[in-house]
Amino acid sequence: METLGVLFTFPRNSYLESELDRRCNLFRLWEAPPESRLDFIRSHANSIRAVVCNPIVGADADIIDALPKLEIISTCSVGVDKIDLDKCRQRGIRVTNTPDVLTDETADLAIVLAISVMRRIPEADWYVRCGSWKAIGDYKLTTKFSGKTVGILGLGRIGTAIAKRAEAFDCPIIYHSRSEKPNTTYKYYPNVLELAANCQVLIVSCSLTPETHHIVNREVMDALGPNGVLINIGRGLHVDESELIKALVEGRLGGAGIDVFEQAPHVPEELFGLENVVLLPHVGSNTVQTRKAMADLVLGNLEAHFTNKPLLTPVM
Amino acid sequence: MHHHHLPLISNVPLLPSSLILCPPSPNSRSPRRRITLVRASMDGNGELPLVLLVRPLFPAFEDSLRQHFRFLLPWESTLPTHEFLSANARSIRALLCFGPSPVDGSTLSCLPGLQCVVATSAGVDHIDMDECRRRGILVTNAGDVFSDDAADYAVGLLIDVLRRISASDRFVRSGLWPIRGHYPLGFKLGGKRVGIIGLGSIGSRVAKRLEAFGCTILYHSRTTRPSLAYKYFSNVCDLAAESDVLIVTCALTRETHHLINKDVLLALGKDGVVINIGRGALIDEKELVRCLREGVIGGAGLDVFENEPNVPKELFAMDNVVLSHHRAIFTPESFSGLLQLVIDNLKAFFDGRPLLSPISA
Repeated sequence: METLGVLFTFPRNSYLESELDRRCNLFRLWEAPPESRLDFIRSHANSIRAVVCNPIVGADADIIDALPKLEIISTCSVGVDKIDLDKCRQRGIRVTNTPDVLTDETADLAIVLAISVMRRIPEADWYVRCGSWKAIGDYKLTTKFSGKTVGILGLGRIGTAIAKRAEAFDCPIIYHSRSEKPNTTYKYYPNVLELAANCQVLIVSCSLTPETHHIVNREVMDALGPNGVLINIGRGLHVDESELIKALVEGRLGGAGIDVFEQAPHVPEELFGLENVVLLPHVGSNTVQTRKAMADLVLGNLEAHFTNKPLLTPVM
Repeated sequence: MHHHHLPLISNVPLLPSSLILCPPSPNSRSPRRRITLVRASMDGNGELPLVLLVRPLFPAFEDSLRQHFRFLLPWESTLPTHEFLSANARSIRALLCFGPSPVDGSTLSCLPGLQCVVATSAGVDHIDMDECRRRGILVTNAGDVFSDDAADYAVGLLIDVLRRISASDRFVRSGLWPIRGHYPLGFKLGGKRVGIIGLGSIGSRVAKRLEAFGCTILYHSRTTRPSLAYKYFSNVCDLAAESDVLIVTCALTRETHHLINKDVLLALGKDGVVINIGRGALIDEKELVRCLREGVIGGAGLDVFENEPNVPKELFAMDNVVLSHHRAIFTPESFSGLLQLVIDNLKAFFDGRPLLSPISA
């Protein structure tokens, strides 16, 4: 694959980057200043046949149009919302993602976010580090997690893994999905509003599509209520962020654990002072082991394509 | 003799101070709302049973408890405590001990009529258990009422340490994310070998939860639990050598003091994580801090410390450590469960019925 030109959109996986660099002719999009990115792409368009991208910088229509020789886009993520799939379909470009290898990690994160928000663990850690613990006898109570009803929005691979974990805490599980799943005992709700009204912890784990844009809106947050907790491990755009801030500040929503934001890495500063939130810098799949597994899957897909073998994890 | 002045209650069957109003049970068939009147158990003089306190009641518990019991408050007397206790010894059969106030040998020796100590914690290391056993004094603890919350907290601490939740929350709130671009990677939980020290009410719940995350459970306990399919180790060092994580959920006794010591930490190894929700003194704290500083182990999540509220300041700068101020069980459910258990244990004692959460020898 040495003469194969690969465009890498964002530096988020140094193992992947060094492997691509070793095996291919690697073009790093971030080395070009933002205003001349398309020129940079066009100047190498003759050799670029693959794009490797991720949730931060994807492969939109402009990038795809600038690459007439593009054959395959491999995203280092399970979400493909940053890829213009219509364009790919029109041009017959293959698309692969990295499902399954990050399912456990992301499900683990959803649960620890719920416990962290409800039991206020980061707040306790902060309190102790500030030297505020001066006397025994502060009996401020936090919210119990075990036994609370967990509502899962999107019962796919990740949603199912979340449910399995929550069940070990004796949490009743309910869900909403595009379609009812035949092989589960969990109660299905036909819409997200009813789901929110009937659970205490609402976890967003569906894919981002035009239909799920801002699926968690003001109404849903009000239905979840002042004792409810919202956990978002999907995409920032799943939640109406400005409504989220208002709901939290006004006490209409009990708490939130958020790993993804609409304008990441920019997080609204109104959230910084709230004690009923936990804010994370998109760490959903951020472990040493999983990042390597995701990178290997990207490399495996590219290798398969360019040696005319079946793709490992095709989206299209 | 100085009498602690109590309101006199006359010998009439149903009295305002002893009425307990119970709301109708959810299964009640009656269409009308019924109020059930229940007379609190009385002693021979028609008074509520008397219970000795060693420190004031939790304010949240006071109203409920005073519906069922009268309390003796030594600190309200002008007499020194031991004299006060001796003066009232004949009427003291039960003691309610809000943890962690100690109930030591010298207190017990002033109370020859004491038959029952009701504690409010799972751990009873603050009570002279040897002396209680010797005298046949029944001791009750918090039973299972806290166990879910404690287990949840232990799991939360562990995943926090591995995935750097608290540290990256601080990172975001400091405004560093747009500047630094990303936060260092964490570590996978699934597949980790978790060694649980003390597989009791809390430890077994920790095990059940972590199994769902794909962890392998190993344990050390005073006794084996053959009904559970986890590998048992009779020696904590051996357990540590085969574990990636150690979770301490056992009682503090003379035998378990500094159970986690230098040898155990060395055996656990450089990627190992220690979680302690038991008692601070279960771990040699100085040694733990040294091991963290020198990278002998990988990280720690600590809810308890040897000398609370003092926490070794060296830990404050470490991102692979999560610290908490002894609140693994602070939820409304645990507290109301505890209140009910305290009431039920005391009532059982005064009625001559079996106690609900006695500590077995």
